[in-house]
Amino acid sequence: MATKQTQSAARLLAAPSIGLLLLWMIVPLALTIYDSTLNYTLQGNPVHKFIGWTNYYYFITDPAFLTSIWNTLVLVGSVLVISVVGGTGMALLLDQPIFGQGVARVMAISPFFIMATVAALVWKNLFMQPVFGLFAWIAHLFGVPPIDWFTNDPMIAVIIIVAWQWLPFATLILLTALQSLDLEQKDAAQMDGAPPLSYFWYLVLPHLARPATVVILIETIFLLGIFAEIFVTTGGGPGLATTNLTFLVFRSALRDFDVGGAAAGGIIAVVLANVVSIFLTRLVGKNLEG
Amino acid sequence: MGKINLLGVRKTFAEVVVIPSVDLEIPDGSFVVFVGPSGCGKSTLLRLIAGLEDLSAGHVLIDNQDVTDFAPAQRGLSMVFQSYALYPHMSVASNIGFGLKMAGVPKAEIDKKVAYAANMLNLTEYLTRRPGQLSGGQRQRVAIGRAIVREPKAFLFDEPLSNLDAALRVQMRLEITRLHQSLKTTMIYVTHDQVEAMTMADMIVVLNRGNIEQAGAPMELYESPKNLFVAKFIGSPTMNIIEGERAQKYGAPTIGIRPEHIKISRETGDWPVRVSIVERLGSDTFLYVEAEGMGQLTVRAEGDLGAKPGDQLFLTPDIGRLHRFNPKGEAIRT
Repeated sequence: MATKQTQSAARLLAAPSIGLLLLWMIVPLALTIYDSTLNYTLQGNPVHKFIGWTNYYYFITDPAFLTSIWNTLVLVGSVLVISVVGGTGMALLLDQPIFGQGVARVMAISPFFIMATVAALVWKNLFMQPVFGLFAWIAHLFGVPPIDWFTNDPMIAVIIIVAWQWLPFATLILLTALQSLDLEQKDAAQMDGAPPLSYFWYLVLPHLARPATVVILIETIFLLGIFAEIFVTTGGGPGLATTNLTFLVFRSALRDFDVGGAAAGGIIAVVLANVVSIFLTRLVGKNLEG
Repeated sequence: MGKINLLGVRKTFAEVVVIPSVDLEIPDGSFVVFVGPSGCGKSTLLRLIAGLEDLSAGHVLIDNQDVTDFAPAQRGLSMVFQSYALYPHMSVASNIGFGLKMAGVPKAEIDKKVAYAANMLNLTEYLTRRPGQLSGGQRQRVAIGRAIVREPKAFLFDEPLSNLDAALRVQMRLEITRLHQSLKTTMIYVTHDQVEAMTMADMIVVLNRGNIEQAGAPMELYESPKNLFVAKFIGSPTMNIIEGERAQKYGAPTIGIRPEHIKISRETGDWPVRVSIVERLGSDTFLYVEAEGMGQLTVRAEGDLGAKPGDQLFLTPDIGRLHRFNPKGEAIRT
């Protein structure tokens, strides 16, 4: 964009797509905001009366709301920790020259390409099922009672499934970062007498800091909206044990048939997601500058 | 102390033999330059000495101690890399002191040594900066500083100046030579630039396909190259090589004469030639001339000759400085 002319030309050319994008985003948002102010249920009065902030009031004061926020934080936080720490480890392993490296890499990354519902069903029915699941079979081998995951540790079960899906993403990003590590730096560290652990701590980890923040940013955005895994496995339960904000919104709309309340919950979720993303973008921005 | 001996050093990567077998003694305190075209194995040889590659056969001795199986850091050598290989997340001071920190040297002593090295290399005001905030020449000096503080038995330089611009390269060349004179530590320097080799070395080792073609003092290589390869590699512009009938007149199947050892005359001489290109450097003029039956020759004239493309000239080689080679390309000594 060297001259004024190219600048205005660029703006003109970008305008249609930006306009479309804006429309695409603004219209549903506006409709949702509008719905959130109505007494709009699918069972009751067909006339939708304007009721102001009432939907918001009920949504926030609902005891399920705080629980769902907490569940969302636990889910996002745990999956982030597992995928970044585990991803670093996986990336380090996959970076080693081994036989069948290419195949191993594809295998390690493939969970990311499996649909959320399919992955959740496989975990639910083949692994975590307390009677004929793989984990139950292993438990039987050792003579311990199998864990009934979705009854006793539902949140941990959901975290395991979601982390399994997102670990490959972190691995992929961190592996490519590892491969861009300057080999002469490794040589220099060897000449300086750095043992492997120090090499990792002083050179590899700082090098991975940037891609790790990118992973955290992208994953957070997606993990805030986790739904399919919960819907397929626990259905938000038992009780509210695995109900996150997304699931709470779904429940209001399609179990309580309260469209207005769900819209209010949706707007609250949008605000929260924006707060988080502003915070994260700043953090990442700072990290990307240095 | 830093005498390095290579005994039958061999390196193969899978099926490819990079270095068949090299024997070399590098005297203590000398400045040795490994020079050769790219892919000749000079960097590999340096990495073998450093311990960054394992030997396929042979031994490396430092001060008569066999270090073949020693880890790089145990050998007491320092290396300066082509890309400098500075640690980007550390300050200049941490970069220089990292080796000492890894060796468990107390912090106060590290600071003292870093300050000393920084002072020597004019880096004192940059100690808190990151490598990314430095210029190419400054990064180079940081890399050298990192090598100095470890007080090595020998410095290894792997094409350290190739990423610098021409003016800076000449300056750093002088700085490294000065450093060698003040530290008097053995230095092994790898380059493909024969000018760097000629100007800096006590001893030049010319490598070709992993073999040592010739090792000796720069002027020895210049004045009496052992073979055609060395003759062509050392000296700039390269030696003129003449083959066939014209060469037979001087008693060898192949003869070589350096551009600076040819007399130019407008009236009379042994070889009538036609000027095709004139390069004026100010102090010298290089003429590229076409000679019948000899192809293109290069001639150096002092000052400006006033020759133009198309001019007819006569050249007379200095018989005393003619190099004669047998059909195998080995120099014929008389």
